[in-house]
Amino acid sequence: MERRVVISGMGIYSSLGKNLAEVKESLYLGRSGIVFSPDRKEFGYRSALTGFVEKPDLAKVLSRRQRISMGEESEYAYVATREALQNAKIEEALFDEQVIGLVYGNDSVSQAVMESIDIVRQKKDTMLVGSGAIFKSMNSSVTMNLSTIYRVRGINMTISAACASGSHAIGLAYLFIKQGLQDCVICGGAQETNKYAMASFDGLGVFSDREDQPTRASRPFDQNRNGLVPGGGAATLVLEEYESAVRRGAPILAEVLSYGFSSNGDHISTPNVEGPIQAMEMALQQAGLAPGDIEYINAHATSTPMGDANEARALTQLFGSAPYISSTKSMTGHECWMAGTSEVVYSLLMAQHGFIAPNINLEEVDETAKNLSLVKNTINQNFNVFLSNSFGFGGTNSALIVKKL
Amino acid sequence: MSRDEIIDTTNTFLIEEFEVESEVIQPEANLKESLDLDSLDYVDLVVIIESNFGIKLESKDFTNVHTFDDLYDLIGSKLHAIA
Repeated sequence: MERRVVISGMGIYSSLGKNLAEVKESLYLGRSGIVFSPDRKEFGYRSALTGFVEKPDLAKVLSRRQRISMGEESEYAYVATREALQNAKIEEALFDEQVIGLVYGNDSVSQAVMESIDIVRQKKDTMLVGSGAIFKSMNSSVTMNLSTIYRVRGINMTISAACASGSHAIGLAYLFIKQGLQDCVICGGAQETNKYAMASFDGLGVFSDREDQPTRASRPFDQNRNGLVPGGGAATLVLEEYESAVRRGAPILAEVLSYGFSSNGDHISTPNVEGPIQAMEMALQQAGLAPGDIEYINAHATSTPMGDANEARALTQLFGSAPYISSTKSMTGHECWMAGTSEVVYSLLMAQHGFIAPNINLEEVDETAKNLSLVKNTINQNFNVFLSNSFGFGGTNSALIVKKL
Repeated sequence: MSRDEIIDTTNTFLIEEFEVESEVIQPEANLKESLDLDSLDYVDLVVIIESNFGIKLESKDFTNVHTFDDLYDLIGSKLHAIA
């Protein structure tokens, strides 16, 4: 019998709020999480805009030994995962009773690397970086920390796939369950928000320089967009095999219907049209759906001139004007390694509460997107089936189709 | 630096770094058990001793350190050596 993969819990910690309730409110109101950071300007950023995410205080929650190995991205991931597990009604004891896996998207640990190397440069002694530095300085930091805290005994790995990391993490967790290799996998994406993380990205000159209007800077599909704004935080989903979730009495929020992927085989940073189409077609085919069955698309659109235009062309070619489309990056900025998971959480929150969050700052629709049903203002609309796109440097593409149950 | 100053400084940073109550630190008590140290924690002990006293210890320096008193002695001897 075909194994179905369901979402039994989710958690979020982002510039839109510190939990599901706060984030749902921000999405409905079209509230931006973008601020101007004087510290970044001083540091040398061309554009000092960023999604603002507060550092979680975990002093009373985790032991010193647990905290000392955690960088910013792991702290965010812990908070999001704690909420997802509560949401899924998973107590810590379940990790002893059942083999649970962990697959998380993350693609940088800049702050930890910078800080430890600075100490070595100054002190000329590697031991003085302390015992936590190595565990904070590896891309797999999030999974090595979460797997230790929760005593994970199943699959345990980090997925690094640029700005599609969080989406591929869901896709791979889905495949592990679909293939019968795991019954329950925690998955997600995390993104550090410190000034070291995005300096070289800013250096490409692809960030919006509307520093006088932070909340209006990220404007996907708008004719006057002039670049992205970085954001961050973490988002977590609990994926489970349907029968296993039912036996456990777990909440069943949604079903992951398919995972489409592709690689552009093209430029390292400039996206194309064909690669994303290939990923979306694969997702549709695997789900057994026609383009007209998709009710909402959470676009990857980051507010860059070329990226949005090419995604708009791909969406127009595949879907025409049928589905509602918005890019929540208009509010969050580009949450990079985390975005592929956070945008599934955002979309599922919308589906649960019967609305479609707006693509804010969309004043003059770009010529390439004029035939799409872009949502400028919040729409009260029930829907079940949505597609979430994530594309990354190197031309890595991921498209997930999810159905609210 | 007097032995009392070494003890005061050491106890202060041990309490802060390892998040323990001051009562657990007794001169004759076992350092490893009282502070619940694992092998990684000795690296952090090296870091905080360097930052508080300016002396660089190595893992092998802890071979004969069993009690808090032993730790004060070790720090005292290293400080004496550089003085």
